[in-house]
Amino acid sequence: TVSIVHVLSYLAGIAWFLALAFPPLTQRTYMSENAMGSTMVEEQFAGGDRARALARDFAAHRRKSGALPVAWLERTMRSVGLEVYTQSFSRKLPFPDETHERYMVSGTNVYGILRAPRAASTESLVLTVPCGSDSTNSQAVGLLLALAAHFRGQIYWAKDIIFLVTEHDLLGTEAWLEAYHDVNVTGMQSSPLQGRAGAIQAAVALELSSDMVTSLDVAVEGLNGQLPNLDLLNLFQTFCQKGGLLCTLQGKLQPQDWTSLDGPLQGLQMLLLMVLRQASGRPHGSHGLFLRYRVEALTLRGINSFRQYKYDLVAVGKALEGMFRKLNHLLERLHQSFFLYLLPALSRFVSIGLYMPAAGFLLLVLGLKISSLHEAGVGLEPGGSPGPSVPLPPAQGVGLASLVAPLLISQAMGLALYVLPVLGQHVAAQHFPVAEAEAVVLTLLAIYAAGLALPHNTHRVVSTQAPDRGWMVLKLVALIYLALQLGCIVLTNFSLGFLLAATMVPTAALAKPHGSRTLYAVLLVLTSPAATLFGSLFLWRELQEAPLSLAEGWQLFLAALAQGVLEHHTYGALLFPLLSLGLYPCWLLFWNVLFWK
Amino acid sequence: MAAAMPLALFVLLLPGPGGWCLAEPQRDSLREELVITPLPSGDVAATFQFRTRWDSELQREGDTDHYFLRYAVLPREVVCTENLTPWKKLLPCSSKAGLSVLLKADRLFHTSYHSQAVHIRPVCRNARCTSISWELRQTLSVVFDAFITGQGKKDWSLFRMFSRTLTEPCPLASESRVYVDITNYNQDNETLEVNPAPTTTYQDVILGTRKTYAVYDLLDTAMIHNSRNLNIQLKWKRPPENEFPPGPFLHAQRYVSGYGLQKGELSTLLYNTHPYRAFPVLLLDTVPWYLRLYVHTLTITSKGKDNKPSYIHYQPAQDRLQPHLLEMLIQLPANSVTKVSIQFERALLKWTEYTPDPNHGFYVSPSVLSALVPSMVAAKPVDWEESPLFNSLFPVSDGSNYFVRLYTEPLLVNLPTPDFSMPYNVICLTCTVVAVCYGSFYNLLTRTFHIEEPRTGGLAKRLANFIRRIRGVPPL
Repeated sequence: TVSIVHVLSYLAGIAWFLALAFPPLTQRTYMSENAMGSTMVEEQFAGGDRARALARDFAAHRRKSGALPVAWLERTMRSVGLEVYTQSFSRKLPFPDETHERYMVSGTNVYGILRAPRAASTESLVLTVPCGSDSTNSQAVGLLLALAAHFRGQIYWAKDIIFLVTEHDLLGTEAWLEAYHDVNVTGMQSSPLQGRAGAIQAAVALELSSDMVTSLDVAVEGLNGQLPNLDLLNLFQTFCQKGGLLCTLQGKLQPQDWTSLDGPLQGLQMLLLMVLRQASGRPHGSHGLFLRYRVEALTLRGINSFRQYKYDLVAVGKALEGMFRKLNHLLERLHQSFFLYLLPALSRFVSIGLYMPAAGFLLLVLGLKISSLHEAGVGLEPGGSPGPSVPLPPAQGVGLASLVAPLLISQAMGLALYVLPVLGQHVAAQHFPVAEAEAVVLTLLAIYAAGLALPHNTHRVVSTQAPDRGWMVLKLVALIYLALQLGCIVLTNFSLGFLLAATMVPTAALAKPHGSRTLYAVLLVLTSPAATLFGSLFLWRELQEAPLSLAEGWQLFLAALAQGVLEHHTYGALLFPLLSLGLYPCWLLFWNVLFWK
Repeated sequence: MAAAMPLALFVLLLPGPGGWCLAEPQRDSLREELVITPLPSGDVAATFQFRTRWDSELQREGDTDHYFLRYAVLPREVVCTENLTPWKKLLPCSSKAGLSVLLKADRLFHTSYHSQAVHIRPVCRNARCTSISWELRQTLSVVFDAFITGQGKKDWSLFRMFSRTLTEPCPLASESRVYVDITNYNQDNETLEVNPAPTTTYQDVILGTRKTYAVYDLLDTAMIHNSRNLNIQLKWKRPPENEFPPGPFLHAQRYVSGYGLQKGELSTLLYNTHPYRAFPVLLLDTVPWYLRLYVHTLTITSKGKDNKPSYIHYQPAQDRLQPHLLEMLIQLPANSVTKVSIQFERALLKWTEYTPDPNHGFYVSPSVLSALVPSMVAAKPVDWEESPLFNSLFPVSDGSNYFVRLYTEPLLVNLPTPDFSMPYNVICLTCTVVAVCYGSFYNLLTRTFHIEEPRTGGLAKRLANFIRRIRGVPPL
């Protein structure tokens, strides 16, 4: 029952997506915000030596105390003339985080406010340096302090500038942001902030790990796939060009030649990387957490590789100074440019109007399938809207009642998948020789796999008087459910929606309890959400030119599962609940259709 | 260091026979003053005050009618050069002589804090207040920043601050003085050296702390004629170890909490840092109507407990007519932080009501706090062994409180804003065109047309019809 239209529509979707990297669909980026476009600023930052000295001091104090040297930071910030405050926070993670090696986290954030002489503290900008346990980021702290000292001596500031150093990287940032906005989203315990500086307009996070950098990498993807306004990226790019800095996106150099096939192919690679990163819904840098509060933000990472030409901290400082001076000119919040875009290169973008058709074509398959099932006379109400040509004697038997059991059971499986792993970690850890984090992941996989036993449970419950019509009604409901979910996801996070649609749509359209069931079953398992995640990890490492072996991939997959659950609990990432409560039950319905008896 | 305050202009009409109507004031008199307060951090605060009085033939009739008192704030306005120039023109000597020579815009705006005010009020000329004078008081406060203006040095002089020195008094001035705060921060010896040495000193309790001032009188001819000009220099002999003098007992902070464009919360934190004394504070909030306050969410907590205000006056807003007015008398417990919070919903404005640059946000005016704050002098532990015995009989002196009025920071709140860009305009325009076309087409298509005969025959016909109607015959 799969017609040529379905196949064509699916292929058109995929082809459209692949074509996004090619020139007519990608456009050059341009600055839309007037306040930042035409005005020139002259960068005068020259505190490279000071930054290095401060970085050395910071690193020494950090080594001595083993944690963030709060007192030293306070003293130094005060000595450069900032108004300094600290904030302590603590958070017990739902289970031990093995990649970052932390469980009971408590730390202190230090921030200094430069009060603008020309304004009444109604607006502010943030420069933040996340200090983690694994990345000390001391050069970034040095540069932050040196920049603060330089900025303090200027009188042109119209917005307050907050210099924020957070401990435990993103956890500290989240604690600070929640306290600044006086909300509690994730159950973080923190002391209230003593000093504030109005509405934050933009933020830049800085990560540097060496005195010299060969290139600056910029990360835009934030929590739940949110992106900053494109103008902020344009601003960064402007100063990259002005300062002659080498700037990269996704750790890759910009393709130069867009006229031949090479450029667009490289662009496609970067586009895919961006799609994978955005689809993961995790904050790729501490800027990602700012986006929830409608603060435009991005992360700059200094990369030190084996390239010959290197830049010192002055060059990076100048780029930052320029960016802050231009942000200082802003009259309104950044709103002129795009909020929804894809980037095949740093200087090229695809706007929402151009990438949406790709997802539209994929969803069209579901739409066509739904309408064809509907035309075949499958309705939920007995006798409601029957097709004129098809006689429907047994329609009475297929009411809502037969659907209740599979729907309820699959939804309950989803709920169990969402709740049980974290809830039952201690029980699992007691009875099996595993650590809590492993217990969570293994429970997750066990429940996921247990869902596959579902049809054997339901076919006893469901009284199947009309075998053929029964599965068609179930499939109709499942298709509508899937189409609605994918439609919503595509609107908020295109990348995630597209990835899921590209994998789930063909098998969802094909699922039926006839023909070679084993083949269908294998296909369905291969396109289940977990398998998509597994495959995405391989694709991701392949695109980064660091291919994975199967064993490594499996380890990475387990780690990614644990991270996904953790990020949901600590930052409020929505991927885990979305998959467990929405897409997994939906997928189980198709599995149920396949094994309908 | 606070940032520049928004321009606040107060015109206060004070009631007539009050405590301040003493003897007959001098006619057309000018008094000018400059108070320089060096701060231990290296910053210097300078406050100018000019008071002009002139007679008026305007007669006052009884008390001021409080019904006509108004309070207005422009939170968006920031003080700048264009506020200074007309302000200077109100001075009798303009900026030609006297203290006003120092008012050079490029130096004054090179500071980290700037506040400028004009107060005008009537003053009674006799006890029965039959005739009045007008008093115009102009004040200007700036804080010079050791980091920006001082290039990191803590020593100051008039020339370094204002790039001018004082040469002559204003001929119209009846009093022209410079006060320099030379209060000792350390107990043992003096920490601040002023040059030239002052002729006199003056001591008083200002804002609850005992202060000593060096006084320079410009009308004293010896003062300027010795060296042709007066350039007061301040030198820290020994910078105080404690860089941060104790903060005031009452301070406040205000912010918007929450995120998203639907709801939010206005929170005001009131700090009472006095170790053992509680005092009441009158909090006045005006909130624009487009923030729809939920009054039932008003919570006041101190030290984790509910703090019930002893007086609440609430006047709800009317859309497009008047803002919310919320006035409360709150008791601040000793050594506590009191949080006053109220939730609001952001209204969707009509599209013509958005200001230019709507994505900048909308300002909410500062809260006003009025309080009688216990003085620092009274709070200091008295050394009972050293002081006379009668001190313990009357432990609290009369000057134990001082009045203070504080303004919190203004707030910037984003409202849900439509996209005022080209696509939005196109949508608006097309919708309008469609609506207009649809309306008129629908009207044309559904209306039935009747041909009405032209009215002929004026009065006679009407009369005839009237008669016919009475008779029950159809009219002509």
